[in-house]
Formats: sequence, C-alpha cells, structure tokens
Amino acid sequence: MHIHRYEKLWLIIGSLILLVFLAILAIQTFYLEMGPPSHAEMIDPQTVKESEIFADAGLKEIGDNEYEIAIVAEMFSFQPGDLEIPAGATVHFTLASPDVTHGFKITDTNVNVMVVPGHISKVSHTFDQPGEYLILCNEYCGLGHEYMANTITVN
Amino acid sequence: MTHITDIHTRHKGAAVNEDVAAGISKRDFHLSIANLSIAFIALLVGGAAGLLQGFVRSGFLELPSWISYYALLTAHGVLLVLVLSSFFSIGYLYAGTSRVLGGLADKTLAFGWAGFALMTAGTIIAAFFILAGDANVLYTFYTPMQAHPWFYIGLALLVVGILLNCIGMFITYQSWRKRNPGVLTPLFAFFSNAVFVLWVFASLFIAVFVVGMVIPWAFGWVPTIDPMMGRTLFWAFGHTLVNIWMLTSISAWYVSMPKIIGGKVFSDSLARVAVVILVVANVPGGFHHQILDPGLSVELKFLHVIQTFMIIFPSLMTAFAMLATMERSGRAKGVTSLLGWWKILPWSDARFFALIVAMLAYIPAGLGGIINASNQVNQVVHNSIWVTGHLHLTVGTTVMLTFFGISYWLIPYLSGRKLTRNLNRLGIAQTIIWACGMLLMSGAMHANGLLGSPRRTANTTYNGHSAASDWALYEMFMAMGGVILFVGILLLVYIWIQLAFFAPKGDTDFPIGEDYNPKDASPLFMDRWSIWVVLATLSIAIAYVIPLLDFASGHSPGSPPFLMP
Amino acid sequence: MTDSSSTNRKSNTRKKYDETSLSGTFVSVLIIAVFMLISWFSVFLLFLERN
Repeated sequence: MHIHRYEKLWLIIGSLILLVFLAILAIQTFYLEMGPPSHAEMIDPQTVKESEIFADAGLKEIGDNEYEIAIVAEMFSFQPGDLEIPAGATVHFTLASPDVTHGFKITDTNVNVMVVPGHISKVSHTFDQPGEYLILCNEYCGLGHEYMANTITVN
Repeated sequence: MTHITDIHTRHKGAAVNEDVAAGISKRDFHLSIANLSIAFIALLVGGAAGLLQGFVRSGFLELPSWISYYALLTAHGVLLVLVLSSFFSIGYLYAGTSRVLGGLADKTLAFGWAGFALMTAGTIIAAFFILAGDANVLYTFYTPMQAHPWFYIGLALLVVGILLNCIGMFITYQSWRKRNPGVLTPLFAFFSNAVFVLWVFASLFIAVFVVGMVIPWAFGWVPTIDPMMGRTLFWAFGHTLVNIWMLTSISAWYVSMPKIIGGKVFSDSLARVAVVILVVANVPGGFHHQILDPGLSVELKFLHVIQTFMIIFPSLMTAFAMLATMERSGRAKGVTSLLGWWKILPWSDARFFALIVAMLAYIPAGLGGIINASNQVNQVVHNSIWVTGHLHLTVGTTVMLTFFGISYWLIPYLSGRKLTRNLNRLGIAQTIIWACGMLLMSGAMHANGLLGSPRRTANTTYNGHSAASDWALYEMFMAMGGVILFVGILLLVYIWIQLAFFAPKGDTDFPIGEDYNPKDASPLFMDRWSIWVVLATLSIAIAYVIPLLDFASGHSPGSPPFLMP
Repeated sequence: MTDSSSTNRKSNTRKKYDETSLSGTFVSVLIIAVFMLISWFSVFLLFLERN
C-alpha cells in the first residue's frame, strides 16, 4: 500500500482542521460549560402536571435578574403561556412532556433542546437584547404541531 | 455473522455460468430489473408528495381534508429515503456484483427474490396506511406517537426483506472467495459486500426496536414504551442508512467513474481502506442526532462527537482519490498545466456529468454534516429546516444524482439497449435541472434554517410573529425549487422508460475501472470481513453499551401510546 | 483533443506537470479545506453571537 506524499499531506491537513474544530468544541464544553443541554433526571410522563416541579409553574425570581420557570410542553402548547422578563435576565428553563416528544426552540438564541417524555430537560439563557422572541416546538408532535408556539418578551 | 457459516455452502460452479449471455446470466438481470422498477415507482410517488409539500408549506395550496401535510411528509420520507434508496441499491449492487463475479449463486437468487417479495409487500402495506392517514408519524416514527400497527408490520417486512438480500450477497461473495483462493475480490464486490454488512448492523437495531418494542406496544400487548431507547435505536439505524447510500454511491465513483473518463482506479488499496473505516466507524455516528437530548451526559456526547468525526476521514480520502483519478487521466492524455485536466473531462457524457455534479454537491453536503455534528454548535441548526436542506444535498443531490448517473448505464445494460445521443443530451439536461432545483431549494432551506425556521412544520405564521414573516420568502424559493425538481423527475422517468423499452438494441457495458498500479494491490486480509465485523462491533459497543444500559436500568416510567390518526 | 493542445500551449511558459503529478489534485483539495474552514467558522460565529 503506497500513499502519495500529497495525499499524506492532505490527510494530515484535513485531520488537523478536524482536530482544531474538536479542540474548540472541547474547550467550550469542558472549561466554559457551554456544552449542549444534557440534564439527566427522570419523571413519569403521566404525572408531570401534578408533580412538584410543574404543578404551580410560573416565573420565579431566584436571584439578581435571574429567573426560573418550569414549562410543560404538551400537544399543542407550552404551559404557562407567554412570558415577560426584563433585559439582561438569565432564565433557567425546566421542561417536561406529559405526552409525546417535543422540541423547545427560542429563535435568535441558542436555546434548542429536546423534550422527551420520561426525562426532564434543562436549558438556560441570558436575554441581553430587548424584543419579542418566538418560542416554538421544533419536533413534529402531531397534527397541530405548527400551532405550538409562545413568545417571550424582553423589555 | 451469516457469511462465516456460508463459507461451507459451496455452490455448484457450473450453475453460475449456465445460460450466460454476454458474459452474464440473464436471470440475474430480472432480479435487478424488479428491484429497480419499485425504486422508480417510489421516486415518482415520493417526489409528487414532496412537490405538494412545497406548495402547502409556502401557502400556495390547501390540502383537502382527507389528507394532511404530515401524511405527505411521511410518504415522502419513507418512499424516498427508505424504499427508493434500498431498492435501487440492491438492484444496482446485485447487477454489478453479478458482472464482476461472473454471476450470482443459485441460493443468492432465491434469497434475493424472497427478499424482494417481502420488501415489496412491506412497502405496499406501509404506503397504504400512510396514504390512508393512519400513520402520520413521519419516517422517524418517534414513539410514543403511534401509527396503525400494520404500518410497523410493513416496515418490519421491508427490513427482513433487506436482511434476506444481505444473506444472498454474502453467499455469492464468499463462494467466489472459496473458488478463488489467494485472489483479492474485485473492488466493486468489496464495496457491495460492505454495503450489505452495514445493512446487517443497521437492520439489527431497527429490528430490535420495531419487532421487539414497537409492534407489541402498537397491538396493545404491552402498555408503555421507552421513548429514549426508541430514539437511540432508531438513530443507530438511521445514520447507518445514510452511509449505506453513500457507500453505494461512492462505489460508482471509485469503480465506474475511472472507466467512463478513460482513466484508472487511483488506488485499489486506499479505496478499500476508506470502505473499511466507513464500516467500522459508522454506526455510532447516529448519536449526533441526539446531541440535544436529555439523559445523556456531556462527556458521553463528546465521545460520540469524536466517533462521528471519524467518519469524516474516509471522505477526505475519497475527495483526494476522485480528484487524483481525474488528474491522472488528464495527465495520461498529455495535459501538462496545473488544472488543465479539469477541462478535458468528458463533460458531455451524461454518465460522467451526473456523477461529477453529485461529487461537487457532496462538498457542501459534507461540510454541513461537520457543522451538524459539532456538539454545542448543533444548537444553531438542530431541527431547523437547515437539516432538511442538508438532507436534500446529501441524499437528494449527491446520492440521487449518482443513482441517476448509474441508471444511464445500468438500465440499458439490463435491457440490452443503448443510450442514444438524444437520451444522453436529455440526461445532461436532467442533471442541470436537478442541480438548479436543489441549489434553489436546499440553499433556501439552509438560509431559512439559520434564521430559525423549523423543519417538518406545516404552513403557519406563528400568529403573525415577525420572525416567522422573514421565512416566507425562503419558503417561496423552496416551492419554486420543488417545481423545478418535479420537472426533473418527469424528465428522468421519460429517459428511464426510453432506456428500458424503446431505445435501439445494443450492448451497453457496465463500466468497471482497472487498477492504476497492479503492484499496489491490497493485502489479502482486507477480504477477511470477520476482522472488520469484530472491529465494528467493538466501536458500536464503545458508543452504545453505556447509554443503552443506562436507559434499560434507569427505570423509565414508560409512555402510553398517542395515536396519530 | 483540441482542448489539451491549447492547454499545452498556454502552459508553455509555466511549470509543466508530468504523468505522475498530483499537484492539481492537491490544489483542489486545499480549496475544499478553505471552504471547510469558512463554513464551519461562519456557523460557529453565529453560535457565539446568539449565546
């Protein structure tokens, strides 16, 4: 098996580029805690709505301009409905589904997480720019999927 | 694995060369023709569903109440990515293997026909329930959404049919090796065997999921199902399917393209190395579809990202090998300038033209794939219509145009006819139409996805939200691309019908390239598939043992079904 | 091959590449590498901006 020197060089260059990508991703993931949402906690989908976390869901201030909210993603809405927060607020979202798999996506942000029945998903974001952000379900969840959306207004 | 036991089933050498016409057995042709026919029907119906979706999504059309956007979406996905790609792959790989190994074994034909029958029956059953509106679950059929139980039976039959085809291929491959000790199998047969080995891996996951979990649950024999387990098993299958198409496609790039351009295979041994890496490293790639799933740790996800990146390596090798094949062919014809060899490629040969456009499309397709697999960066694009654009570049352009290019020699080869100058011109026009349609549609999808527009969503303005109103323009381009593509499908069907029934009689060759340097042959152990199967199993184990054990022992409460009528 | 003879003439003044040369291939794959970097970093910057 003979490998031409240009091919060797190309494979080295190509691999180095991939390694650079991986290194950047690894630094962000492990040192800057910017990894993808990966919360691991189980919940019975059939009792989500009665559970302690999701029963009295609403925006809760937990610190200096820092909020927490539990959202039930169900066919075909996010409960509770539209949200309003001040600019610069950091919001910690906790999500679960009582029925099928949903997606939780806030446009113009990196908030994008799957809500799989049986699991609790968590994702956080700091809203620096004022405006009305669209929250939508980005995983097909049934014939009303396209109606599953809310807004989050940053003042 | 099946082929190990098959070593002992030596078939009668004489039977292979019986009723040989033009060096190949006519009965092998019938099996390929049967498979290709179903692929063509799937293309027509699945393509029509795609056209309608484009109209609905952009608001040009409202569907009658008896069929939903999501039924069309399910039909489009199942018929094109599952049915078309597997029937075409089998028809093409069986024909090519028969060509390079001097005929298929008797048992191979028996398995092939049985597989064909099951696959066809499964397709008809699944398609019926999709179009009847009883399976609006899309081709990923994520549980706990539930379709009509017989939809799953249809899928299971399709998968079992594919497995029978795998056994068929292994029998011919291994019996050829038995009859030719100390000889390396032809490169095409090596590719073909690799594709079917991947099919076995893919099928095992989906069989466990569909037969072991979904069917008992869909019939109500068990009350609940674990959706995370389902997603994981599905993507172990789903992403392997991706490389099944790719491996099938690049077999034509590596083996037939050199012959078409009047060159030689750049390096037989490096081609085999690329194939082996794809087979060994493939299955864990499926996990990058679950980067944003809960229940998998950050560390585990990163391991999967690294494993996914390993599949990029053989593509780097392929890029070099293809370009090198073309450069060497140009140099042999006396080109001495740095890039002059690009000019003398046979651009007016539809077979080559379709393949080269497919290869060029693979560049942005592959780059998009790297971005998708990039761990946290996946949050930008996940489940946005960017992913749909990516799919239409990979399977929709790279794989489809390769299949179309293959069909310009495969159909006349099987029908005993010739590709006339006129049909060749139509083939070039078809390639241009397809490329333009995909460029428009997929380009719009990529842009729209970066703006946040979700995939798999019917027409909606999200209550007139300003973000969604920005998407409308791109949705119009998507619909326009869809129209162009449908014209492309109609033209292609015309070419196929001409090639199958009306083109003038004649001998068409199945182009098989020769090795550039016979001394550069691969070591014989490359043909020992037991090594690669063991290594692949190991790489699968590294990726899957932890999460699957985790899910299995995690006391998942389970989900009851939600019927998707 | 009228094409190749014209390329011959054009390249007379430049370096000539013989039958075993793969320089054109190398240049071509490097162009792919450039695309690889541009596309990845564009989406990566979008990711940083939206974070």
